[in-house]
Amino acid sequence: MAKRIEATDVTAYYGGFKAIENINLTVEPKTVTALIGPSGCGKSTFLRSINRMHEVLPGARVEGSLTIDDQDIYDRDVDVTAVRRMIGMVFQRPNPFPTMSIFENVVAGLRLNGVRRKSILEEAAEKALRSANLWDEVKDRLGKPGAGLSGGQQQRLCIARTIAVEPQVVLMDEPCSALDPISTLAIEDLMFQLKDKFTIIIVTHNMQQAARVSDRTAFFSIEKTGDPGRLIEYDNTQKIFSNPSQKKTEDYITGRFG
Amino acid sequence: MTTITTHRPRPPAQPASLRARRLPGYAPPAIAVVALLASAGIVYGAGIGGAVLVVVVAALLYLAGLFLAANAVEGRRSARNRTWSALIHSAFVLAVLPLASVVWTLVSKGSARLDGNFFGTSMNNIGARDANGGAYHAIVGTLEQVGIATLITVPLGVLCAIYVVEYGRGRFAFTIRFFVDVMTGIPSIVTGLFVLAFWVLIVSPVFNDGRPGFSGFAAALALSVLMLPTVVRSTEEMLRLVPAPLREGSYALGVPKWKTILRVVLPTALPGIVTGIMLAIARAAGETAPVLLVAGGGAAINFNPFENNQSSLALFVYQQAGEASKYSPARAWTAALTLVALVLVLTVAAKLLARRNRLGR
Repeated sequence: MAKRIEATDVTAYYGGFKAIENINLTVEPKTVTALIGPSGCGKSTFLRSINRMHEVLPGARVEGSLTIDDQDIYDRDVDVTAVRRMIGMVFQRPNPFPTMSIFENVVAGLRLNGVRRKSILEEAAEKALRSANLWDEVKDRLGKPGAGLSGGQQQRLCIARTIAVEPQVVLMDEPCSALDPISTLAIEDLMFQLKDKFTIIIVTHNMQQAARVSDRTAFFSIEKTGDPGRLIEYDNTQKIFSNPSQKKTEDYITGRFG
Repeated sequence: MTTITTHRPRPPAQPASLRARRLPGYAPPAIAVVALLASAGIVYGAGIGGAVLVVVVAALLYLAGLFLAANAVEGRRSARNRTWSALIHSAFVLAVLPLASVVWTLVSKGSARLDGNFFGTSMNNIGARDANGGAYHAIVGTLEQVGIATLITVPLGVLCAIYVVEYGRGRFAFTIRFFVDVMTGIPSIVTGLFVLAFWVLIVSPVFNDGRPGFSGFAAALALSVLMLPTVVRSTEEMLRLVPAPLREGSYALGVPKWKTILRVVLPTALPGIVTGIMLAIARAAGETAPVLLVAGGGAAINFNPFENNQSSLALFVYQQAGEASKYSPARAWTAALTLVALVLVLTVAAKLLARRNRLGR
């Protein structure tokens, strides 16, 4: 299920603005990798270029090479929708589809990609909701609107929606930043469980969270505003948080910078 | 030696108590009654006007009295608050007054001919001395013309808006938006003349043995030219209101763009789009000039929108209002009432339909 992701010299632009420059890193299958760094350093940009969401914005483009198990994500013949089906994404703010019920939200990815059989959809919905630790809370009201859930439940609904299409990799862009500590804990627990099946890459501003959930941590930073973000250090999480090899990393995690 | 005196703003004194003196609840109505009596005394005493002036003067006296009373008891801030509240409520009443007046006039004058004969017969062979005659032909015409115009306009307008919002980049999309804006201001008679010149006089003779073909369909064309900018603009605005994270959420599931638009964006924007379409329909249903120019009117029932003259309710109102018969004004009022009721029913039905798709909270 899970796959390895390899980034070589990835550089991303918004129009004329270079947001990240020459990012090189490899993400091993079935691990949780945290991307940390100050605001505006390009963590989210890098994350979004992994499943080709970066180019959704007008004028945005990516250079360099990104591969998933040796398949080039940015190859000319690659179908963007296939990439996104393989590499799912959870956003900062929960974004359930407002016109759909809880059930419809979970199976949206399957249904909009052509799965019709009700039994398959029901099975997939239950499986995804169970994996997202949401089943017990919503099993009696699957027909109710997804927007009626609490923020934490909505975010778990979005996670369920993402894993219902059975991706190989799950990208999470600050998934807990809009949530209270209890919902955050629920989602962190969830990440531990999902690690068995998926490769997870998470952007977070919360360093305790990075230390708690991730196996590997990548530290991004910028020299000054307007400069492109760069990868400063990428290592085992324990090493980064106990004995980083770069001065900048140490400054950042000890709170002297950023 | 000059001393510079600085005026340091003094911090507002902390009130000793959070409770403040309030005007008693009966005060505003009491002031209103006094204002009304005083105003009646002034107006009728001086013999300068009637009931309308009494109400106007009373309103002004009420505002002044309320301000003074509140100022004396509650203080300046509270007095301003009360006065502005009263002004805002008066503005609301002023805005609703014409609407209520229109509805009342329509109902009171239109109910005289609200009978089976009106809805069951046309004006065919009805002379100036006949009390009978109805708007059956006009209702048929309005329904057919507006229906066809809607069928033409809605797909075209919604697709155009989708192009401009979701796909259009650069000069071409900008040009389309610009011309849609320009079209919004085209007078209806101009669209009528356009269809008359283009369709009725040039295109339709090809199918019609060389004779110009006045028809309900030509009217529908003119109406759809009128409706198009309204539909495009309102749909555009509604599509822009759909939050970007919803689109991204759908893309991230591997859903192609067209399907995202069809299954996520459009359903989310649907209630607003329906409202825009209904506004366009309401406007089109009330147009007289284009129908007069290209459908020609006519007194007989004609179900075929592609051949021969057709009337419409708005045109019927116009013609009856100008007719030299003592029976025609009643017909005009009833037709106007019918038109308003028709638009109202359509709007309510469309809203209910759009809401049914949406899940209740």
